Amino acid sequence: MKQLESSYATIEASAIGGDAAIPDESEKASRLEVWAYRLSQWLRSPRPYLMLLGFALFIGFWYLATEVWKLPRFVQMPGPTTVISEWLSPDPTYGLSIYSPEYYQHIWVSWRRVSIAFVLATVTGVPLGLFLGWSQPFKEYVFPVFELLRPIPPLAWVPLAIIMFEGSETPIIFLTFLASFYATTLNTMLGAESIDVSFVRAAYCLGAKRRQVFWHVVVPGAMPFIFTGLQISVGVAWFSLVAGEMVSGQYGLGYLINTSYTMVQYPTMVIGMFTLGVVGYLTSAGVRILGNYMMQWRASELAIGGNK
Amino acid sequence: MTSEPAAAYVDSSLARPASSPAPKPAGSAKGQIRIEDVVKIYGSQATGIRAVDNCTFDVPAGKITVVVGPSGCGKTTLLNAIAGFHSISSGTIRLDDEVLCGPGRAKAEPGPDRIVVFQNGALFPWKTIIDNVAFGPMVQGRLNRKQANEKARIMLADAGLRNLEGNYPGEISSGMRRRVEIARALMNDPKVLLLDEPYRALDSLTKSVMHEALLQTFDRNQVTIFFITHDLEEAIFLGHRVVIMTTRPCRPKKIINVDIPHPRDYSVLTAKRFREYLDETVEAVHEEALKAFAAGERER
Repeated sequence: MKQLESSYATIEASAIGGDAAIPDESEKASRLEVWAYRLSQWLRSPRPYLMLLGFALFIGFWYLATEVWKLPRFVQMPGPTTVISEWLSPDPTYGLSIYSPEYYQHIWVSWRRVSIAFVLATVTGVPLGLFLGWSQPFKEYVFPVFELLRPIPPLAWVPLAIIMFEGSETPIIFLTFLASFYATTLNTMLGAESIDVSFVRAAYCLGAKRRQVFWHVVVPGAMPFIFTGLQISVGVAWFSLVAGEMVSGQYGLGYLINTSYTMVQYPTMVIGMFTLGVVGYLTSAGVRILGNYMMQWRASELAIGGNK
Repeated sequence: MTSEPAAAYVDSSLARPASSPAPKPAGSAKGQIRIEDVVKIYGSQATGIRAVDNCTFDVPAGKITVVVGPSGCGKTTLLNAIAGFHSISSGTIRLDDEVLCGPGRAKAEPGPDRIVVFQNGALFPWKTIIDNVAFGPMVQGRLNRKQANEKARIMLADAGLRNLEGNYPGEISSGMRRRVEIARALMNDPKVLLLDEPYRALDSLTKSVMHEALLQTFDRNQVTIFFITHDLEEAIFLGHRVVIMTTRPCRPKKIINVDIPHPRDYSVLTAKRFREYLDETVEAVHEEALKAFAAGERER
């Protein structure tokens, strides 16, 4: 980690030197070292401990409200000990825990629907957003329609989705797709519009044609916004997935939550909710990691204070 | 635009050893810009703001011409018109014998014969240094990736920027980014470099290093340079010719030919003649700065 600090220091120091003395490749910190350095810094900072404290406070309040004080609104709510013992039990009261294959079936079905919807939303939303941001006439045709459809919540689409599509799987994927698609398209469009005009001008100066400017400037320049959009997109996909699954289907976490409610299996219902939280967080983190990997130029830019 | 066959192009540039670059023979300099009666009005003809009015002057080929004037006087408008980013309302701008923009053609076409180096820098942050430098010839289809990379390495080495090629612009200092950007421009053998206050954001120590590097680059390449600044020392230190602009609307108020021989180095700054040029410039610019200030007061 000393090495990392010193390699940055050398770069900075050589900035004002006449002939730039840049460290060799061998002196540069490897990705693993960077990762280990960040981890050790994180562990040394108060952040992980504050995070644990936050969780402890949350669970503590939940415990006190439901199991000790039995506050009025919390009477029906299962407490943390009930939920956790049910979740981890090999022989659960209501038939669902980490030991039952059915639990993973629910997760798998939901995850599969979100993945399909997310991929569809990405392959349609990113190109659409890029064209909206790149071509003013195209935007003038398409954007008003887009803005009219966007505020319609996925739940309002449920009846139409059931009429339009066969079976129970396609309508759910369609509903999940919708919200994702809006988030991805809108962010990509903003990304394409936010590109510093100097980059576009510089590319034209260097002899690029319009098409080349699109591929070399607009697409990579919009990338940070695209990935922000994809993170939002995967989050809202889980939102609207649950809306769809509560209406139809036989598996899935939304379905699980809804049936546990109607069958008065409240601990199972809470298990379904937390599982959604965990799986949703993991998918969102996955997208973020992929984004960071694809935009390493940006990590280094942010680390040393930007391109300005 | 150069239209030599790609192969011949590579041979001539690669034959030159990186350590001792041969200056181009004198007299071969191209890239004279002639600005004639240029007018630029923002908004309507009658009520719009006149940013540039009856502006006429020459940017001699193979020399450094520095344009100074108060902030917002219209210098950048002029540069954008030459580069082809903005249209002009009337007048003509010529590059050698070619009309860039004039009657019947309000806006020039941007191209690699006139390359701009931007105030805040415009290296693509998502491309590595070598990909940035190799960008021009590759998108123009003049060189393939291998040839372009080879030439880019030579350009970077000439600019004293070895071992940087794999880095991203965000990983190097702002001073080095400016030098890379100039190398990226010179990759295309431009007739003219248009520099829009490229060193404005740099601290004065870095700036002095940049100036010497720019002069060395100039001595090697003899490219025409059109340089905008409002740093007067910078103007006289770098320029063969300093064009002082009036405040809005912008037109030349005074043209000073700086008769200090190139190559120059930093000892020039303390020379008596340099101080005399500086005094002359300060006087002319100060008058305009006062007018600009008064105009700003009135607007408020």
